[in-house]
Amino acid sequence: MNDEKIIGVRGLTAGYAGRVILRDLSFDVRRGEIFIILGGSGSGKSTLLKNMIGLYPAMVGEVLICGEDIVGASGENRERILRQFGVMYQGGALFGSMTLAENVALPLEECTRLPREARVLLARLKLQQVGLGEFADYLPSETSGGMVKRAAVARAMALDPGILFLDEPSAGLDPITSAGLDELIRVLSRDYGITFVIASHELASVYAIGDRAILLEGGCIAAEGKPMQLRDDPPNDYVRAFFRREPERAHAT
Amino acid sequence: MATETSGQSVPLRVESSGAETLLMLAGRLDDAAVASCWSKAVGAARTAQDGVRVDCAKVDFCGGAGFALLMALEETLHERRKSFAVEGLPQRFRAMYEQIDRKKLEQPEVPQREEFGLVTSVGEAVVGRVDEWRGEAEFVGEVTAGLARLGHEPRRLRLREWWVIVEKAGTNALPIVALISFLMGMIMAFQAAMPMRQFGVDIFVVNLVALAITRELGPLMTAIVLAGRSGSAFAAEIGTMKVNEEVAALTTMGLSPVRFLAVPRVLAGIVVTPVLTIYSMVIGVAGGLFVMMMLGFPLATLLHQLSGSLKIDDVLAGLIKSFFFGAVVAGVGCMRGLQTGAGAAAVGDSTTRSVVTGIFLIVLLDAVFAVVYYQLKF
Repeated sequence: MNDEKIIGVRGLTAGYAGRVILRDLSFDVRRGEIFIILGGSGSGKSTLLKNMIGLYPAMVGEVLICGEDIVGASGENRERILRQFGVMYQGGALFGSMTLAENVALPLEECTRLPREARVLLARLKLQQVGLGEFADYLPSETSGGMVKRAAVARAMALDPGILFLDEPSAGLDPITSAGLDELIRVLSRDYGITFVIASHELASVYAIGDRAILLEGGCIAAEGKPMQLRDDPPNDYVRAFFRREPERAHAT
Repeated sequence: MATETSGQSVPLRVESSGAETLLMLAGRLDDAAVASCWSKAVGAARTAQDGVRVDCAKVDFCGGAGFALLMALEETLHERRKSFAVEGLPQRFRAMYEQIDRKKLEQPEVPQREEFGLVTSVGEAVVGRVDEWRGEAEFVGEVTAGLARLGHEPRRLRLREWWVIVEKAGTNALPIVALISFLMGMIMAFQAAMPMRQFGVDIFVVNLVALAITRELGPLMTAIVLAGRSGSAFAAEIGTMKVNEEVAALTTMGLSPVRFLAVPRVLAGIVVTPVLTIYSMVIGVAGGLFVMMMLGFPLATLLHQLSGSLKIDDVLAGLIKSFFFGAVVAGVGCMRGLQTGAGAAAVGDSTTRSVVTGIFLIVLLDAVFAVVYYQLKF
């Protein structure tokens, strides 16, 4: 990890159908770090993530990926920015009619000139990296939720992007699978210098892998810093309640 | 001998010294670079007289494609029982390279499907079809019972949701029904007027259009439009609910999906279709009259002819059919929705089946009505 800023969010205000969900957010993500977006359910984590990948247009502000604004980008420019990152959606979003290997091979088929033999091998390699080497020929409907998520990570990594956005990677996984996924994220970050932006509320996973985190509350940043530091030295009541898993009424009183 | 690829970022040098071949990779081994040198590298491995050494000392980055290339080389030489070695791969990539489980990369053999004999296949098909019919009969029974129960306890109808269905299936269909009916009336009048004029009986085109529109085309076209618009919408909506396990949630809450989802939609179909049919009849006849006016007949003459020829029985014959058409179209849409299997493709299949079955049943029912009306002299 170094101090080079790979993603910059500047004054981002976003929402749906005229309803503001995120208010004037500004932060940076450094190259190679594992950056966590924390927050309770409905705090806007997924909305922020979807704005950062250009899926929803921001109402105000900009999202710079490697110095280029994804909000206003279009055509080839936008495609070039999109190739910089991979995304794992909360539910996996695998194509049900394709096997896991075919799902992973799809971006390779569409975006590279690799021969078929290479694509097949590469798809299997990526699946093996996420621990699904034996399930390459299974359909998503024949696998568990955790396996679908891991296959989705493999698909996101297919083009060796510099940045990976993961939406709730550990949610719904058993502790062993979740720890395996954390280990994978750490290895990819360490050995490949991949930058991770992860929306999560699984605290155990956050402590294990997070280099830096922001905590969202009501669409604003309630705190920013290292996860352990935020836990041990919370700057306000909400942060303390969040990290100590206190029920809502406890910190309201 | 040494050659170099024309790849922009990965020069691949192939050197043959004696029996051993040396492949020298350098730079970024990303997908573009590997794509440019894949066939050359694998080709060298296939033709190498003895073993192959790959020198990766100058590799800055090895992505997934780079590992795939190394694996392909290794596999090729392994099959040929020749030696293979990777040298100088930077430590961070070497660790990843060594972790690769070679066995799991092999494509497993696809297990052969069990072959069934003719008798078993026919038997399975028959049992499957009978099961489907039984399910469909149960659905019809449950919808009928549900409608009867609503008759006793109208308050059980969730009026607000039902009204939305009526609005979507009925009110929103008005423009398309009007357009199709008007054009249908116009086309029929125009096509009939030309030959009938030769015999001087073109005023009777009014009788023809009125009879055809009220007895057949009004109800039929309305039902077909409804099958395409609303039947398919019901199938897609309920099918998606099935895929999202919302239908399962209803069942576990002790609510019958048929009564909760299908009955209000079938009721909406029964209410909406006759109204749309009357609307279609009026607009269709107007289309016919419009053409006749264009051909020089005064409106008063046409209306006089219409009032003399159109009987209430004709309108009733069309209206009675439309109740059944509405029930069939909505019922088929809901039934296909509830029969949806797993996955997004299943929703598409249900939608297609709802339209195909809906239109087929409408035409079949129309034929049955034609025979019944004939026997009853209606």
